[in-house]
Amino acid sequence: MDMIFGVPAPLLFGQLVLGLINGAFYAMLSLGLAVIFGLLNIINFTHGAQFMMGAFVAWMLLTYLGIGYWWALLIAPVVVGLSGIVIERLFISRLYKLDHLYGLLLTFGLGLIIEGTFRNLYGSSGLPYRIPPELTGAWDLGFMFLPVYRGWVVIVALLVCLATWLVIEKTPLGATLRAATENAALVQAFGINVPRLVTLTYGAGVGLAALAGVLAAPIYSVNPQMGANFIITVFAVVVIGGMGSILGSIVTGFVLGVVEGLTRVFYPELSSTVVFIIMAIVLLTRPAGLFGRA
Amino acid sequence: MPEPMLKLEGLEAWYGESHVLHGVGLEVREGEVVTLLGRNGAGKTTTLRAIMGLVPRRQGSIRFEGRELIGARSDAIARAGIAYCPEERGIFASLNVTENLFLPPVIRAGGMTVPEIHALFPNLKERARSPGAKLSGGEQQMLAIGRILRTGARLLLLDEPSEGLAPVIVQQIGRTIRELKARGFTVLLVEQNFRFAQTVADRHYVMEHGRVVEMVANADLAAAMDRLHEYLGV
Ligand SMILES: Nc1ncnc2c1ncn2[C@@H]1O[C@H](COP(=O)(O)OP(=O)(O)OP(=O)(O)O)[C@@H](O)[C@H]1O
Ligand SMILES: [Mg+2]
Repeated sequence: MDMIFGVPAPLLFGQLVLGLINGAFYAMLSLGLAVIFGLLNIINFTHGAQFMMGAFVAWMLLTYLGIGYWWALLIAPVVVGLSGIVIERLFISRLYKLDHLYGLLLTFGLGLIIEGTFRNLYGSSGLPYRIPPELTGAWDLGFMFLPVYRGWVVIVALLVCLATWLVIEKTPLGATLRAATENAALVQAFGINVPRLVTLTYGAGVGLAALAGVLAAPIYSVNPQMGANFIITVFAVVVIGGMGSILGSIVTGFVLGVVEGLTRVFYPELSSTVVFIIMAIVLLTRPAGLFGRA
Repeated sequence: MPEPMLKLEGLEAWYGESHVLHGVGLEVREGEVVTLLGRNGAGKTTTLRAIMGLVPRRQGSIRFEGRELIGARSDAIARAGIAYCPEERGIFASLNVTENLFLPPVIRAGGMTVPEIHALFPNLKERARSPGAKLSGGEQQMLAIGRILRTGARLLLLDEPSEGLAPVIVQQIGRTIRELKARGFTVLLVEQNFRFAQTVADRHYVMEHGRVVEMVANADLAAAMDRLHEYLGV
């Protein structure tokens, strides 16, 4: 058997792919958090629950309506994004003038309520969601077999991140968003309906979480905790990348996923804490994060 | 005489507990350049911010082209046709010059075209792709004025555009304001620089302690000089 750095090659590559997959989810989730934080100045602690909702909506579409994966990729983000818009209008919009802490408590509480509701309705054992037939099987890369669906997730995540980055950095809408992040009052005094922009941005960030949830559904079983498992690490990613930094959350998400995977190979005992160790080091040396502006 | 384009009556404004404007009254007629003079802290900036709906609490009356705006939100006020160039200039650091220029949406027809704005401020063309954060003070001021000329707004509120700039740039800003007047823009200009104000304005209002205390036509300025020196402490 081939060995690399004293480790069997299949093990190394297997963990690398697993790391990339996790990294893809970290990147997509922290990207949504960054977009929301940039404009709303609220850390959306409901994000994990909204990721889970994306997976559940995909499952419900299939189970109750017979609507499959491909439509779910489109419908679930829209449905969950709309629910986010309702939440923003009803609750979050009342908090903008108050201390950050209120937004944190509200979104954290909402997340718990949503997860509890799903646990009551569907139990916590997890519901299966099958990989769509077009994406089953594996590619033979020569040095390893890559399950097609996993490759697909990484590619979609990369494309989604790239598209989001392009919209924010290269379009007039993105320029308006960046400007509103800097000085919302002045942007509004130019005639732009900033409250509506804020609502739609929250909806888009939440939709991004839901899209990640649909992608995750065939990999992890669809269960109420699936978001909670991810989101703690995602918050660490956000802190490391720099609150609100778009590029920072994308790069940091993928890199930390891979770092976690490699740690699982070379020093498994550390694999569940390595991200938090990095977070502590970054906080001590660069409190604004690797890509953040102080 | 037709109704003035902008008419403030009994305008009051607060920042939290502190009562800053105590009944400001003034008029600006279409096509005029009118200045607001006054010492530091007199309430000039607050008056412009109150017109734009940017103070937390205000009352009184702000009539613009016959419409009452005292209860309107700042985006509605902008869309009514008033454009604002803030004292701190408000250039967005993460947007480049072109993005800053295109940020304010066009609200009516009749605004200036980008080539016209570039002709007015050639620096903005040269630096089209520079980030807002990298501009000099003068360039920031040109951009802050330039970007509100595209929108079609006919009333411009300019807060101390000459502040902190080199004399040549101040002269360029002065020429620009006269050119804007010639193009039919109406301007309400906050100034501390008396000599500068004199070269561009038709009339002057003097503010003190959150009130307008005096109105002087530009032609009568020399006669009123002693009194004004007292108000302005120059
Ligand atoms: N954000 C704020 N919060 C509380 N008080 C404020 C605020 N902004 C201004 N003030 C106060 O309101 C009063 C009027 O300030 P304003 O900025 O309108 O004066 P100004 O005439 O524009 O002065 P300057 O010539 O220095 O620009 C001052 O006493 C100032 O301290
Ligand atoms: Mg001022």
